[in-house]
Amino acid sequence: MVGVIGYGAYIPRYRIRVEEIAKTWGADAPSYKRGLLLKEKSVPAPDQDTITMSVEASRYAVRRAGIDSARIGAVYVGSESHPYAVKPSGTVLAEALGATPQAHTADFEFACKAGSEGMFVAMGLVQAGLVEYALGVGADTSQGAPGDALEYSASAGAGAFLFGREKILAEVEETDTFMTDTPDFWRREHQFYPEHAGRFTGEPAYFKHTLGAAKGILKKAGATAKDFAFAVFHQPNGKFPLKVGEMLGFTKQQVETGLLSPTLGNTYSGASPIGLTAILDVAKPGDRILMVSYGSGAGSDAFIFRATDLLPKVQNLAPKTRPQLDDNKFYLDYGTYAKFRGKIRKAG
Amino acid sequence: MFSSRYWREIPQRYRMEAAKCSGCGHVSFPPRLICPKCKGRKFEKVRLPDQGKILTYTVIHVPATPFKDEVPFAIAVVELDGGVRITSQVVDCDPSTLTIGQRVRTEFRKLQEIGDAGILCYGYKCVPA
Ligand SMILES: [Zn+2]
Repeated sequence: MVGVIGYGAYIPRYRIRVEEIAKTWGADAPSYKRGLLLKEKSVPAPDQDTITMSVEASRYAVRRAGIDSARIGAVYVGSESHPYAVKPSGTVLAEALGATPQAHTADFEFACKAGSEGMFVAMGLVQAGLVEYALGVGADTSQGAPGDALEYSASAGAGAFLFGREKILAEVEETDTFMTDTPDFWRREHQFYPEHAGRFTGEPAYFKHTLGAAKGILKKAGATAKDFAFAVFHQPNGKFPLKVGEMLGFTKQQVETGLLSPTLGNTYSGASPIGLTAILDVAKPGDRILMVSYGSGAGSDAFIFRATDLLPKVQNLAPKTRPQLDDNKFYLDYGTYAKFRGKIRKAG
Repeated sequence: MFSSRYWREIPQRYRMEAAKCSGCGHVSFPPRLICPKCKGRKFEKVRLPDQGKILTYTVIHVPATPFKDEVPFAIAVVELDGGVRITSQVVDCDPSTLTIGQRVRTEFRKLQEIGDAGILCYGYKCVPA
């Protein structure tokens, strides 16, 4: 048996409201709020990046697992905003945790699916018996071009999951994946902002792959929506995950616990992983959880978890996700946000 | 040049590793070769707690060049639980609202970027608890 033995999320404290961005660009805020169900998004402080948020989320995961970090045999960070072009984020993370030197490390990149990829490989190595513990992290400090639709959602956060074979909090019952070459969103080398194909990112991209992986895993497990307490999907906005959940037969109640995007934004590689942490914060023993990620390019990973009797004992050992999202927020004006995110060209 | 100096300080900056004297229990941070209390030379490696309180602080308005975009920012002497004192920036706050005795905790942050092409330096900073 393999499963999650520790988990953690980190959400920065700064926020910007949709109205503040819309005001700057003469856009219609109510249409974003109604159409995409986005109210505000997280913004990383100037001294935060994918590495720093990964360290905080992973420390919470280690704390909940109660293990010696030196026994972590693999550390994988999935992100589309690794701070270095060449030098793995995982090297800094593993060093900060005290997992070096006996730890396999690689950085994953697959738009918003990089985090679930890291989780899948970490889980696989543990299941194969190659390492005792493995860490999979999804983290991003995503950027949308100023004035682009993505600027209303691209946000920051990290979710971390430690996998092991003993003292399991959430057993992995099944996995599946669904991937094709679909150019819906990309960023070429040396380009600062990504490009996207507008409405093409919806039906043939997000929905096709999310439904493909979800239907695939449900078939493998012989399960239907009513067998689950919770479901969490990739959340590029507030609308898509609700719609895809409905298409699969999930109720709003099953989806809303892990649906953070209306006030968090799209944390890219962190999105469905952080949603999963919010579910693990409240799940009860025996609860089954469906998670389906989505990354442009394009593909989806799916997991079915089942909460064990141990989960309630560790939920309070580290900061929970909802309070990080709802409490201690600082709102930024557009100018300060633009400075924080390096969008202003300054004198040397 | 800078990389090697940064690299040597990683155990302290990333993991807050201190040296606890095997003779008298005094904790040195950063670690020392000889205990300042009992002159002992045997130490056990310990990690400092991540919680503490502000002993004193100052707000920087005219900083060194690499930090010019961060003003105004607070630098505090923080006494961690257990008594070890560190000097650290206090972030995620309005510096004018800080008070002596306020509880803080450490978080992992980027300390400095060495120009546009150099290394990124990470370590601890404090945030309001
Ligand atoms: Zn001594």
